[in-house]
Amino acid sequence: MSQSRIRVLVGKPGLDGHDRGAKVIARALRDAGMEVIYSGLHQTPEQIVEAAIQEDVDVIGLSILSGAHLTIFPRVKDLLREQEAEDILLIGGGTIPEEDVEVLLRQGFAEALFTPGTPTGEIVGWIKQRLETKEPEPVRAKDE
Amino acid sequence: MSRDEMDEWLERLLRHERRAVAKLISRVEDDRGREEIMRSVRAHSGKSLVIGITGPPGVGKSSLVEALTHYYREKGERVGIAAVDPSSPYTGGAILGDRIRMQAHTTDRDVFIRSMGTRGHLGGVARSTADVLRILEAGGYGRLLLETVGVGQSEIEIMRLADTVVVVLNPGTGDGIQAIKAGIMEVADIFVVNKSDMPGAERMKNDIEMMLDLNGGAGPVRRPPVVLTSALQAAGIQELGEAIAGQQAFLRESGQIKIRRQVQLQRETWHCLEEKVRSLFDGAWPQIPQDLLEVGERDPFVLVEKVWAKMTGGRDDYER
Repeated sequence: MSQSRIRVLVGKPGLDGHDRGAKVIARALRDAGMEVIYSGLHQTPEQIVEAAIQEDVDVIGLSILSGAHLTIFPRVKDLLREQEAEDILLIGGGTIPEEDVEVLLRQGFAEALFTPGTPTGEIVGWIKQRLETKEPEPVRAKDE
Repeated sequence: MSRDEMDEWLERLLRHERRAVAKLISRVEDDRGREEIMRSVRAHSGKSLVIGITGPPGVGKSSLVEALTHYYREKGERVGIAAVDPSSPYTGGAILGDRIRMQAHTTDRDVFIRSMGTRGHLGGVARSTADVLRILEAGGYGRLLLETVGVGQSEIEIMRLADTVVVVLNPGTGDGIQAIKAGIMEVADIFVVNKSDMPGAERMKNDIEMMLDLNGGAGPVRRPPVVLTSALQAAGIQELGEAIAGQQAFLRESGQIKIRRQVQLQRETWHCLEEKVRSLFDGAWPQIPQDLLEVGERDPFVLVEKVWAKMTGGRDDYER
């Protein structure tokens, strides 16, 4: 009786304390049957990646309203790479200008970005679709 | 997952790789190769005693877990934590928020925190919580902490999992004691009155002591100590740590640990059996003729006989 659940870490990196958006998303994902680990406020990228690894999440969702997105997304992506955990999808939302969205997506610092006004169903749908088509993860031998 | 893949993950677990700990926990939670994984894990675990923290919602269980984690880290121990929050009965989704109160240790490589949804399991823990704790132990985390969901009166399944049951209460909830004295109050090895900086803490302690006086010779062999703590002000944590050490020494020296482990094994076996029965039932139910389910014929006692016959006779029809 397999009962796989999609697990998502909703993280609030940086200094802004506005977590209403993060909570709305967390609730929507919960209602879509996912297990949502909420990190709390003021997380460093290191804390977020470490939590994501321990919780073995499929997706990290970052909510950033402080304007630090061009720093934080690349940093989280780097840390995931360091930890050999690039299979974890990185998505985000918040007040991110259109041109920055393009930069982040083009350079592969995020798999998807959802700016204010996005219906929550769209985010749920994106996650489900991406994970359905995901190959079973390979076991990589670690270089010691 | 192929046998080879699983073996590699298990090897990496024994090398104490955090990713292997995390991955194997997911597989056990999702029931993907659970039996095989646990067979290997059990060979490398079972020595550590499990400290279970339980109590009503909002009493400060997560904050106490963090304070205890700090206490054990000072002693150089590696700490594994399983923290359970409720899953939605409608969607199966969950918001797991226990980490919010445990942030001081997020990047400490000697602490591993795993949040779990109950996934339909009642009793304050998840079905696979015991397994998760053993995986943490095999992965090198020798000090095991379990935080249950916020409980009411009768979520006492923590007995099945924890060797040290810590029941956490708050001052000013005297009526709460009345309400829960027959449930979780009976399974406590240690009582904690948390938020002791608030008024009424001493009185709460006295109420509990009085209740314990009434227990007389019946109930637990060892009278549970009552400890006042303030997790936020880091007060009383030393005392709590000593109370836990005292109880665990008692368990080992008196041989009580053996009895506890047998009770735990019995309950664990029952749960595994329950799952097998449930899955047989799920296979048998659709084979019940529709007319038996019509109004007028709906008799659960009759249906039990029919389903039982299918479950025990028609085994070939269901896929495991």
